[in-house]
Amino acid sequence: MVTRFPETPSQTGGPYVHIGLAPQQAGFDIFENNFGNTLVSDDTVGERIVVEGRVFDGTGTLVRDALLEIWQANAAGKYAHPLDPQDKAIDPSFRGWGRTGADFDSGVFEFHTIKPGSVDADGGRVQAPHICVALFARGINVGLHTRIYFDDETDRNAADPVLGGIEWETRRRTLIAKRSDREGKVFYTFDIRLQDTPDGGAETVFFDI
Amino acid sequence: MTIGEFVERDAAVHPSALTPGYKTSILRSPRNALISPRNTLSEITGPVFGARELGEKDNDLILNFAKDGLPIGERLVIHGYVRDEFGNPVSGALVEVWQANAGGRYRHKKDQYLAPIDPNFGGCGRMLTDSNGYYVFRTIKPGPYPWANSTNAWRPAHIHMSLNADGWAQRLITQLYFEGDPLIERCPIVETIPTVEQVRSLIAQEDPANHIPFDARTYRFDVTLRGRRATFFENTLPGVPR
Repeated sequence: MVTRFPETPSQTGGPYVHIGLAPQQAGFDIFENNFGNTLVSDDTVGERIVVEGRVFDGTGTLVRDALLEIWQANAAGKYAHPLDPQDKAIDPSFRGWGRTGADFDSGVFEFHTIKPGSVDADGGRVQAPHICVALFARGINVGLHTRIYFDDETDRNAADPVLGGIEWETRRRTLIAKRSDREGKVFYTFDIRLQDTPDGGAETVFFDI
Repeated sequence: MTIGEFVERDAAVHPSALTPGYKTSILRSPRNALISPRNTLSEITGPVFGARELGEKDNDLILNFAKDGLPIGERLVIHGYVRDEFGNPVSGALVEVWQANAGGRYRHKKDQYLAPIDPNFGGCGRMLTDSNGYYVFRTIKPGPYPWANSTNAWRPAHIHMSLNADGWAQRLITQLYFEGDPLIERCPIVETIPTVEQVRSLIAQEDPANHIPFDARTYRFDVTLRGRRATFFENTLPGVPR
């Protein structure tokens, strides 16, 4: 039989994950170039949006030490990766990746990005616009993966193969961010619940990708 | 170039989400099973990083925060290879590390342990793997560290490591331990790992042949990430035009 080497096992990011991945939030300045939560520059093509949210544990308490990363396509639905085979325009001003910690006081996280376009799926189908999320924190042994979809994309969400693959229709709702227009900006709010919460909040769908 | 889906993650080599011996996991672990969709383009692609984004001393934790002298502690070089499950080198992966100082104190506004901060030690670094999947960084050996899981719980000396490689599905955060540390077998976070073999895979091995005389000792630590399935024939891979 062909040898397959086991993947290195995951361990929690721990409470001080910021030291390595967001040192300025840990309280010190060390790198000349810091990775952060702003994915756009002046030249980036697309509709500017702010994705904001909070993470809650099983008691409904804020997870203030969470670290989040997002990965998304550009406004045309093309990933900034050499193996994306789609015949769509690359945006040289958009990497599609960012990271941030939840705020230590408010527990709020925020990404400044653009609304992604649709990405092709198999069988001629199309994925609804979405943002991939990876979540790390103390108490989380293996990083949790989820997806953010948009509540003003009802038709495309209904045709999305990944959403449609969630057998329990009631759980699909946990992946839909809510749009609001405030301060002249477009916000999408996406709260993450690690478990059902006492106030009736439903556990977010997490994926084994 | 063809692009393949990632081989599915073998859950048996990873900790479960709910590991009650590590108390914080109880309220932070989903109660529902993970949902397993087929990979789409979203999972088989991932962010690309360039060498120009990193600074010259980013992989030198001995010097990258030194102000008026060198940090105190054991000088170490840590090196190894990042490969996928089939043994192929993973090049261009962003490897990020963070750790406590020689006394087990983290430079983090939430760490209140009474061991002092070292004014010349920051505790984080980063690098890209080369075309052979090789990485190397230099640091001070971290000290063990007490934590409130039980009244007298101590973490073994460890370095946290994060990898962003070729595809989003390979995203991994783990911890590196040191050969011979007696605290490893008493640690509830280590105990979340289901098998002895997999615990062993997180223990960096002393590499005496590569010690640098009168300068630093060396440890070897290799990492395995998920691999892509070969695409011999046209298939229904999401996003590939047929």
